[in-house]
Amino acid sequence: MTPTLIWILVALVAVGLYLSWTAGRLDRLHARIDAARAALDAQLLRRASVTQELATSGVLDPAASIVLYEAAHAARQAEEDQREVAESELSQALRAVFAEVQQVEEVREAPGGEETARELTEAVRRVPMARRFHNDAVGAARRLREHRKVRWFRLAGHAPFPMSFEMDDEPPAALADRSA
Amino acid sequence: MRIGIVCPYSWDVPGGVQFHIRDLAEYFIGLGHEVSVLAPADDDTPLPPYVVSAGRAVPVPYNGSVARLNFGFLSAARVRRWLHEGRFDVIHIHEPTSPSLGLLACWAAQGPIVATFHTSNPRSRAMIAAYAILQAALEKISARVAVSEYARRTLVEHLGGDAVVIPNGVDVDFFARAEPRPEWQSEEARSSVEGGGGRRAGGTIGFIGRIDEPRKGLPVLMRALPAILAARPHTRLLVAGRGDEKEAVEGLPAELRSRVEFLGMISDEEKARFLRSVDLYVAPNTGGESFGIILVEAMSAGAPVLASDLDAFAQVLDQGKAGELFTNEDADALAEAAVRLLADPGRRAELRERGSTHVRRFDWSTVGADILSVYETVTAGAAAVATDERATGLRARLGLARD
Repeated sequence: MTPTLIWILVALVAVGLYLSWTAGRLDRLHARIDAARAALDAQLLRRASVTQELATSGVLDPAASIVLYEAAHAARQAEEDQREVAESELSQALRAVFAEVQQVEEVREAPGGEETARELTEAVRRVPMARRFHNDAVGAARRLREHRKVRWFRLAGHAPFPMSFEMDDEPPAALADRSA
Repeated sequence: MRIGIVCPYSWDVPGGVQFHIRDLAEYFIGLGHEVSVLAPADDDTPLPPYVVSAGRAVPVPYNGSVARLNFGFLSAARVRRWLHEGRFDVIHIHEPTSPSLGLLACWAAQGPIVATFHTSNPRSRAMIAAYAILQAALEKISARVAVSEYARRTLVEHLGGDAVVIPNGVDVDFFARAEPRPEWQSEEARSSVEGGGGRRAGGTIGFIGRIDEPRKGLPVLMRALPAILAARPHTRLLVAGRGDEKEAVEGLPAELRSRVEFLGMISDEEKARFLRSVDLYVAPNTGGESFGIILVEAMSAGAPVLASDLDAFAQVLDQGKAGELFTNEDADALAEAAVRLLADPGRRAELRERGSTHVRRFDWSTVGADILSVYETVTAGAAAVATDERATGLRARLGLARD
């Protein structure tokens, strides 16, 4: 009788350790999502700020300035559930304004424009990067959370089910051209 | 920024990943960052000051060939010490799925981890068996980088998740400024008289790569050679790379063998001059390529490129706009394209022109800045890299871990 009892005990301890290890894994993934989300927020905000600066600088023609200002302002002020749409619209506005290389050249020629053009180029490159890292983390956490052991033993606790950030982040052609 | 880079393969053995890491480290040091590279190396190998040895790599049979890997208790301890002493802001692991230093570092570290996936091997049996272990380690990676769209696709299919594509870097100007060597040039190129044609027509074709590695494709080129020589008898084929030269020309009729010159292993400087000299660079690789750095180097040096239509090559050559593609393993298609290109100096000049514009995106100034962008994205708001105490598991959890 006793050996059976010991074996049951050993098995229980092993299962416990495994579950605790899985919970640790999940915890780490949630921390990674938080960090990735913060990084994505920072990049989106940076992109909106540079756009707004550019729109109010008077370097661009009035129509382009208004379009960019509107889109950047909307992206910064958007409620959480409207954010993906507002940021996508900012991408579209940037693509419309910077469809031609000449427009970028014009910005570069203005005083301090070289710096602004560089910041904008960096921002439109980094948003898709940060978004991909964020969604990669979300995907990993989701795959683990859908597993039986996590659902049955409620290892995720009260953490909300992670959502990916879906938006149009295609950079403008004139800024994305890497061969220049 | 304090950057730690983990190299999975022996520093003593030259290879694509090692060169990539060396150039990357030197680029960052040039920008004023602090860089430390952890790599397997023999104790008596002279190492650059930024490389820390993780001990000797042990040859073991793995995945169908003998690989030199680092694992076990001692290597794990060295990885932990390196992480502890380095106090890095970010660590960059190369090839994290190979059972070597990359995987060990992944296990031992926490914090911002960037990983680059170089190869796009089909999923191996070992990887399926180790999937659960691998997944737990790979989950710690905050940013994944694939060297090509093709490598990214295999990564997504095999491991799930996503990656950004940042190509391998090349020092474009190093190749663009190299001096051509007259004995590697064709007569026309030497006298810079374009054209030629007729029976005296020739040209030099270049090939770089292991001679005895069939996947590098020299046999395909050898099969195509008789047809090329029939059309242009003065053509010379220059082959640079290690391997058995006699065996390589065995399939060739004896009278044609003199048209093939073997140069053996060549240095980086010679490689640049070689690529500057030839009239056509041919890359007949039949598979196993995830990027194709040699094509980028050839384009940097202004050599017109003719390559097999592997996914990775097609991408590097901008779907055939920056260099010509032929059907993989089709010697007749290769011969036809080579003859056509050698006879058409106008087309070669055009390819040269397009290649050297296209190749700017692979220059270290662009690639390095992109990798730095990745570092800055993952370190924003995150704590520095530390050894992962949870990785020691049981002891830590029961409160028995020593500091």
